[in-house]
Amino acid sequence: MTPLRSSRSRRGYNFAYLDEHTKRMIRRSLLKAVAVPGYQVPFASREMPLPFGWGTGGIQVTASVLGPDDVLKVIDQGADDTTNAVSIRAFFARTTSVRTTEKTAEATVIQTRHRIPETPLTEGQILIYQVPIPEPLRWLEPREAETRKMHALEEYGTMHVQLYEDIAKYGHISTSYDYPVIVNGRYLMRPSPIPKFDNPKMHRNPALQLFGAGREKRIYAVPPYTDVKSLDFEDHPFEIQQWEENCEICGADDTFLDEIVTDDQGGRMYVCSDSDYCAGRCAAVGEIPSEAAE
Amino acid sequence: MYVAVKGGEKAIASAHKLLAEQRRGDTDVPELTIEQIKQQMSLAVDRVMTEGSVYDRDLAALAIKQASGDLVEAIFLLRAYRNTLPRLATANPIDTGSMTIRRRISSTYKDLPGGQLLGPTYDYTHRLLDFDLEDGGAVTPPADTAPADHDAVVPRVADVLNAEGLIEQEIQPEGDPDGSDVTREPMTFPADRDVRLQNLARGDEGFLLALGYSTQRGYGRNHPFAGEIRMGDVAVEILPEELGFPVEIGEITLTECEMVNQFTGSETSPPQFTRGYGLAFGGSERKAMSMALVDRALRAADLGEETEAPAQDEEFVLYHSDNVEAQGFVQHLKLPHYVDFQSELELVRKLRAAHPTAHPAAAE
Repeated sequence: MTPLRSSRSRRGYNFAYLDEHTKRMIRRSLLKAVAVPGYQVPFASREMPLPFGWGTGGIQVTASVLGPDDVLKVIDQGADDTTNAVSIRAFFARTTSVRTTEKTAEATVIQTRHRIPETPLTEGQILIYQVPIPEPLRWLEPREAETRKMHALEEYGTMHVQLYEDIAKYGHISTSYDYPVIVNGRYLMRPSPIPKFDNPKMHRNPALQLFGAGREKRIYAVPPYTDVKSLDFEDHPFEIQQWEENCEICGADDTFLDEIVTDDQGGRMYVCSDSDYCAGRCAAVGEIPSEAAE
Repeated sequence: MYVAVKGGEKAIASAHKLLAEQRRGDTDVPELTIEQIKQQMSLAVDRVMTEGSVYDRDLAALAIKQASGDLVEAIFLLRAYRNTLPRLATANPIDTGSMTIRRRISSTYKDLPGGQLLGPTYDYTHRLLDFDLEDGGAVTPPADTAPADHDAVVPRVADVLNAEGLIEQEIQPEGDPDGSDVTREPMTFPADRDVRLQNLARGDEGFLLALGYSTQRGYGRNHPFAGEIRMGDVAVEILPEELGFPVEIGEITLTECEMVNQFTGSETSPPQFTRGYGLAFGGSERKAMSMALVDRALRAADLGEETEAPAQDEEFVLYHSDNVEAQGFVQHLKLPHYVDFQSELELVRKLRAAHPTAHPAAAE
């Protein structure tokens, strides 16, 4: 533990910015979250030098679990090169000097916004999600005092009614991201706004999944090999997005694809949102992704 | 043809350089000093200290300079810095009754012990642009004021009313001053008044102003009178355990507002005025008044009143008052959302394909 210096220079900051007392407070919340999978643990979220809504929850969780030997990967929308991912990675490189990587398999800690990497995670890895609104019932009930009661009583009927209304209106469930899940057969949980395409990856994942909502001051977790079930009905089973196209760079037919508008004549192409996975597939066949796109 | 977007790192570094250039402006113009901001933009400094929750004029001025005068950004800078400071001690409750007063007005009495003292205020200025300020250099002659009487007793208006039992008493709760700390514990609901007041003290002035105003226009009306507004300097004391007696560590400038509000009473208790309380660093008077109105509005439930207006809705007010949280979340919409948007695109296309109007023949 590095003592806080009163110096008003950048050098006065602790390893990973947060002081050790704060990290300990967050780790205690994390332990509780792991012990009660899917339950939202209130924690005393701090102001970070990055804005609320830009990943402060994830950043605080990462700062609390990161050690000097860890290897950190940060992605936003599945990619390592999006500006906010670059910014967060630079923040930790600057405040911890831990090794950073873009390779999913090399990372011990992965902070993510909106995606789960396509490369399957393994035991010992930690996936940390940035969460804007942790409460899955929030659009149904704006009041925190009420929603906490609903969780306590496992009163999730309104969510099922909402999904049913979708089916009645559109013929199927019209939630395409942030699709609600039940964790360990008990708590209704919001998987942060990942596309429902990624939901099945949460189920019995060997990695530890931690969720941090800084502005809303909540932490929750899915321990390794925990059941995560997307809500559905017997006659309307959960299904994920599918594309008729393949990735134009690596040719993958089983990944989440971003649609790239190439001109104003309706030209489109589809590429993997997971830039590391895409590059890895290209490297395996000896191609460089940016050239392949020409 | 599409080339994968790389170079976020370079773009960010360049953006920082452009920002620094923009902040500095024309280098032929002398650079602002922290001292100039402290001296000549003191009310901006006061607001940044209040909502930044740090009483430090130098740091607040630095934040204002760094933020190019964007006060919400400056507040954010100060909060993020505050967060790294160690807690050395908890001060004793300050005594605003013993304030060295620079301004003190009451709208409920024409005169009262201690008198009315207008002090430095924009209140009765005519809002005409003063073109003499354009060129600077003019020295204002000192104001004619009565000699300061530091021994004068200036009782708080609430205490005057209290002597007659006309206003509800505020009794220090058991366990005070070790109340809760909203910067160290997450809020839970229903929130106690200490939590509410802390939240409001840090809350965005504009948000509280609008909410306070809404109560005056009928959305949760509580018949306020500005019982007293006082601004001046108050000593801060801490009680080191090893010494056993309090030690003064400095003075801070505060603005305090006590609203006297509509009375309550029942068969068992005689009618009494109620109160709303506002406190802010420096001369943040608009903030202190707005805070007092909203504090009173939030007490509606405790006082058995109906709670239908936004200003009376505890979760609504306390969850949305913090401008550091609000500005971050509003502005996070600038971040890429294309994965979620892709999911929505796919869904809308699917729904449109299935819609009867998409296949006129099928609709027949």
